[in-house]
Amino acid sequence: MITRAELRQIAANGVWKQNTSIVQILGLCPLLAVTTNLVNGVMLSLATIIVMALSGFAVAALRNFIPHEIRIPVFILIVAALVTVVDLLFNANLHELYNVLGIFIPLIVTNCIVLARVEAFANKNPPLQSMFDGVFMGVGMLWTLALLGGLRELIGAGTLFSGIDMVFPGLQPLQLLPADYPGLLLAILPPGAFILLGCMIAWKNWIEARAAARRQLRTDTALAAGN
Amino acid sequence: MTHKPKAPTAVKMATRTAVILFVFVICFTGLLSGAYLWTLPAIEASAAEEKMKLIDEVLPRSAYDNDLLKDTVQIPASAVLGLDVPSTVFRARKGGKDVALVLEAVAPDGYAGKIRLLVAVNADGALTGVRVTQHKETPGLGDYIEPKKDKNKERPWIAQFNGLSLLTVSERDWKVKKDGGRFDSVAGATVTPRAIIKAVYKAAKYVDENRDRLYATQPGEPT
Repeated sequence: MITRAELRQIAANGVWKQNTSIVQILGLCPLLAVTTNLVNGVMLSLATIIVMALSGFAVAALRNFIPHEIRIPVFILIVAALVTVVDLLFNANLHELYNVLGIFIPLIVTNCIVLARVEAFANKNPPLQSMFDGVFMGVGMLWTLALLGGLRELIGAGTLFSGIDMVFPGLQPLQLLPADYPGLLLAILPPGAFILLGCMIAWKNWIEARAAARRQLRTDTALAAGN
Repeated sequence: MTHKPKAPTAVKMATRTAVILFVFVICFTGLLSGAYLWTLPAIEASAAEEKMKLIDEVLPRSAYDNDLLKDTVQIPASAVLGLDVPSTVFRARKGGKDVALVLEAVAPDGYAGKIRLLVAVNADGALTGVRVTQHKETPGLGDYIEPKKDKNKERPWIAQFNGLSLLTVSERDWKVKKDGGRFDSVAGATVTPRAIIKAVYKAAKYVDENRDRLYATQPGEPT
């Protein structure tokens, strides 16, 4: 079973400390391609969460049967098979959702983050923990991709939530900047994604550095008071 | 003396891993084929349903009683229809009598590339409906060709084609009003309707010229 402390640690790792996009910098290929707007980024992340939870669970359950020397091909086999099965099941049973998420599911195969977590975590931990690790890694990806997609969309086109009508028919995208905003092509193109991702990494490091400085200050004053 | 287990030879190791990998491959291939076979009927059904939903918009279901998706004929790529690949024509019949043909057409000269259309022509040559299935026209300007985006909900622009035929509308009237024809258009976006009108006219003409071949139950080899 899984303890609360373990779960908290897994969640903190996935969402912040080991965040896939801004700490591990993994899975950049789909990240660049998809985060031209917010909705796409969120959709890719949702599909990734599903696949990562399943593959984490499956690999962890089978980890004692997988010889060390051939673990990578076996992982690839498991992940690829699961992605395809998820794709088929979605198409068959949740066709409406498939129309929206469908194009993102094959993209997950190109996402090395799935393989990375399987190798780094699921290979050494029990199934339930591995499943949650997959979910929270996906959640970490969700918020970063949503932020990156939102920024790129806002700077590049002046809108937010474009394409939302595909997910929830009837909802309209928001026009945040004036309608005659010329748009900034750079933000939509891959270099814009790199620049903004760099800014986000810097922002995260700045927060960490500030927190570390505060901790340092506290221990210093505590020591000074003690002496 | 205790019996020490012998270190496995390289050949043994290699065989062992190969067998394990093979077992994994068999298992997951089995899982894949199982999932494929299990989901196949549902996937085919929803694809058919999607097609039917589109066809319902150009031809009411009450007009025919045959299984339209099964009663098809393949037509070769044709410049008249703007199709560069072979395409399927659906044939609607009621009580064995020909009712209508549903076919694809492409307007190659839209404002922003190709506009794909679904056109239904009934047995006496009149259009029962036209729908745009795919286009890249300017959002908010040229996209009134889609009834969903058209501000006129009572009588969307694309509904103007309903009931028209080559007999009732002469060739020179298949134009927007601005060019001396009979079709409305929205000021500032006339390239789009021009392209569609031309494509629909050509599709109607294609059906008129090929109707016997298209309705034939035993279609000959496409020429």
